[in-house]
Amino acid sequence: MQETTLEGGFADAPRDAAHAFRACMNAMARPGRIETLRGATPPAPLSQAAGTLLLTLCDADTPVHLAGAHDCDAVRQWLAFHTGAPLAHARTDATFAIGVWDALLPLSDYPIGTARYPDRSATLVVEMDSLTATGARLTGPGIADSAALSLPDIAALRANHALFPQGLDFYFAAGEHLAALPRSTNVEDA
Amino acid sequence: MTDYNFAYLDEQTKRMIRRAILKGLAIPGYQVPFASREMPMPYGWGTGGVQLSAATLTPDDRLKVIDQGADDTTNAVSIRKFFEKTARVATTEHTPDASVIQTRHRIPEAPLSEDQILIYQVPIPEPLRFLEPSEVETRKMHELSEYGLMHVKLYEDIARHGHIATSYAYPVQVEGRYVMDPSPIPKFDNPKLSDCAAIQLFGAGREQRIYALPPHTKVVSLDFEDHPFDPSKADAPCALCGDTSSYLDEVITDDAGTRMYVCSDTDHCQTRREAGHSKETAA
Repeated sequence: MQETTLEGGFADAPRDAAHAFRACMNAMARPGRIETLRGATPPAPLSQAAGTLLLTLCDADTPVHLAGAHDCDAVRQWLAFHTGAPLAHARTDATFAIGVWDALLPLSDYPIGTARYPDRSATLVVEMDSLTATGARLTGPGIADSAALSLPDIAALRANHALFPQGLDFYFAAGEHLAALPRSTNVEDA
Repeated sequence: MTDYNFAYLDEQTKRMIRRAILKGLAIPGYQVPFASREMPMPYGWGTGGVQLSAATLTPDDRLKVIDQGADDTTNAVSIRKFFEKTARVATTEHTPDASVIQTRHRIPEAPLSEDQILIYQVPIPEPLRFLEPSEVETRKMHELSEYGLMHVKLYEDIARHGHIATSYAYPVQVEGRYVMDPSPIPKFDNPKLSDCAAIQLFGAGREQRIYALPPHTKVVSLDFEDHPFDPSKADAPCALCGDTSSYLDEVITDDAGTRMYVCSDTDHCQTRREAGHSKETAA
């Protein structure tokens, strides 16, 4: 065990998690809006926003898939100590998956829910170098007119939207910034 | 006793509810099953709404609770006190001052802002339940967008009464996909569901379902071309504040059939009266 494992959790879990969830909910309810998420100090390569999101939403009921460089001892032990979340045996079992975009691919590996229970789908947390309100044009529920967000792959995310009401939901994290892209959002080239 | 966890529920329960809220927002109008907990109040008293509020509140929030539009009825008072005690949040009766509003069967008259969250208490979340008792069948109908039965029900209203007689819990379709029960709000409130700036969350405790409308979601009340949706209300001004556009409660005042109409939204009525409006000043 590394000494950083025990550190970096919420100082006051009920209140920190409540504030963090509000940011997560506002992001998911308003696709493309960039929120600030603080509270946790996770080990690298987890960003502050992604680490805080995992502490807010993950527990023993949510198998987590760590993709690429995120599948390291420091992250595994930190996640296990602070959330108790099991690692997913396979990507098809994951409730949450976290990593950089290329490490998370292909998207077809993750559960998209069933036609009767589309909520039984994975949420992907994508670590980004930066998040800006530029690039892809977003329309749909949660967006008054249109929004813009720097997305990694417009075609893949458009294909995910085409699966609606099934499909994956995405969070994008960079530093302490967080934005979301639910399956309901229509994605187009700007 | 001051040793409640923040907002009463334990953290694992709140995480489970929070995950359901996020899936609900990602699939507007779809009913997400959740493991509803026993709350220190009976089913039917807003346990679904209370669990959503407990999972949503932060220490910085200001909570308003209304029951049929009123801030001062038993259900509203007891839920407000519950969160004053267990979450120590500030409360208010004034709609624009609230950041979280839990409601039973009304949408406030004052327009909601994007900084607000409206949480509905829902008794029966399945709009098709009284037409089809089997959950297996109604799940299949939602899967296939097979909503013909609902239109038959509305048509039978017209055949029997000459108009669509459903006046509350009037079914809506969300973004052209899921048909949703808006909870037993009067159909007068239905137009306010659509393109609302606030996040709208719906919780049914006994039935263990959560669903949601993100801001600016298109919500359409079901109707027919020759019988368009009509958000009707009592044709009278409020007897206290004189408002002709708010939703009114009918109050019987004696045993000879005398009645008066007053605003259902008590904060709306009070605010107007404080601004000098009365029945006499109404045009």
